[in-house]
Amino acid sequence: MSKYIKQLTSLVAMVLMMFVFASETMAAKKSKTMKNVLKKGFLRCGVSQGVPGFSNPDASGNWTGIDVDVCRAVAAAVLGDANKVKFTGLTAKERFTALNAGEIDMLSRNTTWTLSRDADLSLTFVGVNFYDGQGFMVRKSSGITSVNQFKDGISACTNTGTTTELNMRDFFDSRGIKYEPVAFEKADEVVAAYDAGRCDTYTTDKSALAAQRTKMSNPDDHITLPETISKEPLGPVVRQGDHVWEDIVRWSLNVMIEAEEYGVTSANADASKTSNNPAIKRLVGAEGELGLALGLDNDWSLRIIKQVGNYGESYKRNLGDTGILPDRGPNELWTKGGILYVSPAR
Amino acid sequence: MKLKLLSYFFFLLGAVDLFYKLFFGAIFESDSDFYYAYIRPFVTFTPFVFFAIGGIFLKEFRVRNTVEIYGTSKYKYYTPQFIVFTFTLLIFAYFIFNAQTNMDTRGIEFGFHFLRQESSFDVNFSLIEYDGSHSYARVYLVGLINTLLVAVTGIIFCTVIGVIVGVARLSPNYLIRKTAAGYIEFFRNIPLIVQIFFWYFAALRTMPLPEKTEPLFGVIFLSLKGLYVPGLIWENLNIFIYSIIVAIVAIILIKNYSNKLRDNEGKQLPVLYISIALILILPAITFLIGGVSAEVEIPVLKQLAKTSFIFEGGARIPPEFMALVLALSLYTATFVAECVRAGIEGISKGQKEAAASIGLNRKQVLNLIIMPQALRIIIPPTTNQYLNLTKNSSLAALIAYPDLVLVFAGTALMQTGRAIEIIMIVMFTYLTISLVISLFMNWYNKRIAIKEK
Repeated sequence: MSKYIKQLTSLVAMVLMMFVFASETMAAKKSKTMKNVLKKGFLRCGVSQGVPGFSNPDASGNWTGIDVDVCRAVAAAVLGDANKVKFTGLTAKERFTALNAGEIDMLSRNTTWTLSRDADLSLTFVGVNFYDGQGFMVRKSSGITSVNQFKDGISACTNTGTTTELNMRDFFDSRGIKYEPVAFEKADEVVAAYDAGRCDTYTTDKSALAAQRTKMSNPDDHITLPETISKEPLGPVVRQGDHVWEDIVRWSLNVMIEAEEYGVTSANADASKTSNNPAIKRLVGAEGELGLALGLDNDWSLRIIKQVGNYGESYKRNLGDTGILPDRGPNELWTKGGILYVSPAR
Repeated sequence: MKLKLLSYFFFLLGAVDLFYKLFFGAIFESDSDFYYAYIRPFVTFTPFVFFAIGGIFLKEFRVRNTVEIYGTSKYKYYTPQFIVFTFTLLIFAYFIFNAQTNMDTRGIEFGFHFLRQESSFDVNFSLIEYDGSHSYARVYLVGLINTLLVAVTGIIFCTVIGVIVGVARLSPNYLIRKTAAGYIEFFRNIPLIVQIFFWYFAALRTMPLPEKTEPLFGVIFLSLKGLYVPGLIWENLNIFIYSIIVAIVAIILIKNYSNKLRDNEGKQLPVLYISIALILILPAITFLIGGVSAEVEIPVLKQLAKTSFIFEGGARIPPEFMALVLALSLYTATFVAECVRAGIEGISKGQKEAAASIGLNRKQVLNLIIMPQALRIIIPPTTNQYLNLTKNSSLAALIAYPDLVLVFAGTALMQTGRAIEIIMIVMFTYLTISLVISLFMNWYNKRIAIKEK
């Protein structure tokens, strides 16, 4: 008898709890970060202090860039509005501390995914939104066309607190070249010093080289050498331990990439609801309950595509049309010869 | 006496404990929840408990003496102290406990093991041998030495400029006086950070590229990549250095002897000339018979690519260092100059007039009468300026001078992610440097204070 009473009580309790928490989604119950974001009504996103094409504020303080678009996608998914994001410009040095201390909800700041960062810093990298590699920029007039022409005594400007410093040492040491590293805290000072002639070469991720070149006094005087000396998969980062939040950020990014794969754009997203292809219907939430599985509503992906656009649109808007990196290179879809390949949203 | 010994014992215990924890981690560790929740927060700050207990015993020792002498009530004496002590301890415990809990939930370990890891990054300027294969502890040392180098150079320059400008500000010559005042008002009222950027980027923009550099005296090259001066290649450098040390010791001995001679017999020895002779002749002798030799190496232009050149050989001062020292010393010198002026003006006019009336000339009045008295007023506020300069040197990070903040609290922090540990070390380091400067200046101040015989 008492067994039944116990079961009955627990059943009643469960029903009651469902009423109590009906207003709060399941995800919010499970994820502390999500709960915080919903409570505040905006997403706090850590970005760079200005890398054109990735995360860069314009004169009126509006942020644009492909890193910024990932934040906007998450905001669209979670809060329903891609503009409910508060961006925080962080130096390379501050970024992980800010994330770990809970000052930002996610970090989307051209950050390289490495083992030590993933494990040592208790962070979780959720995916890759840009495949990059470290390169060198030199003055055209120097006549250098390959890293093989570097000689002892070369000075290289770069950012402090990045993987760049480590790769640079590996590169020069393996070739036995003596070099002088000149490392600044902020990217603007690196550009200014290199531009003034303090260094013979400027080294960082090739995407950043392309972006920073636009800031030089004479962009055409500089060339990026063809060699790539490292792998730099850049992607958004969250704190370790909040698995629900991690999933939301990962799939917000994946949806953008998959939308491009299926040709769903911000313009035709609504129409895709009635597509004949079940995969497209699933992607925009017209079929299946993928959003609910993440603890969101079923329109989450539709909002991302409508408000932010798919990955291709984001790339074109920020890196293609601006002339920073018109050639997508490895960041083309796997179906088109690139290495952009994400797990299916199903 | 027993109490005193006991207090020293606890101080020692605390120091050993702290040292051990910093470099080797906790002696006893366990994986249980209970350990993490209750024991570890306490274990983390046992050194401070030991220090506190040592302090209590030391105080007790002194109080016993006082009580014996003056008969104060012990109870009355201890209550407020006990309250303050408990309160402080609770605040510390709260912060440590909080940090510990937060770090545990995020899975961050606290410890200084990372200091032994390979740093795997290079720095552009180091006085000691360093490359990426050295440890993070070595990185700390590199940063510390670079910081000290900037601080010491800056302090010397700002003192020289400050004293000259301070005296010039009181000059009867209108032009000199106003120029000094103008300099002070100009440099004092522009933020240091702007000045550092100005000197660095202005210098970079105006200095010539290495291949276009016009040599000074045929051997010194001031280019955008640094100041290149002829270097010396030594043989048996240590013997040469020993000879200088011997000369300095000899000078001190002679100075003492001459003071005694003056006090006892009223004779004056020409100490200055003897000193100059000693410091020149002793090292010179080592060249002749000590096997010391030095070869002058003049920097030579070397081509790296069609339009990029550097100098090779000789000694090089990086532009970051020059810009930083220039900015720091010009900025701090304005404050030192004001301290010097305050000191000189603090001496009553009668002193000057009295000195003039016994026939001393202007220079003698300044050197023998005004300055010795003014120093007592000048030193304490100048100490503050030295401390400011040292702390401001941390702005080096902005212009890529590899000081403690840039390489250790910057790059090393970034590469290891050990924010709390590294910031703690850096804080204690700056604290120690500042306290040492303070102690030295206090000692000097006491030395030159008026001694009542």
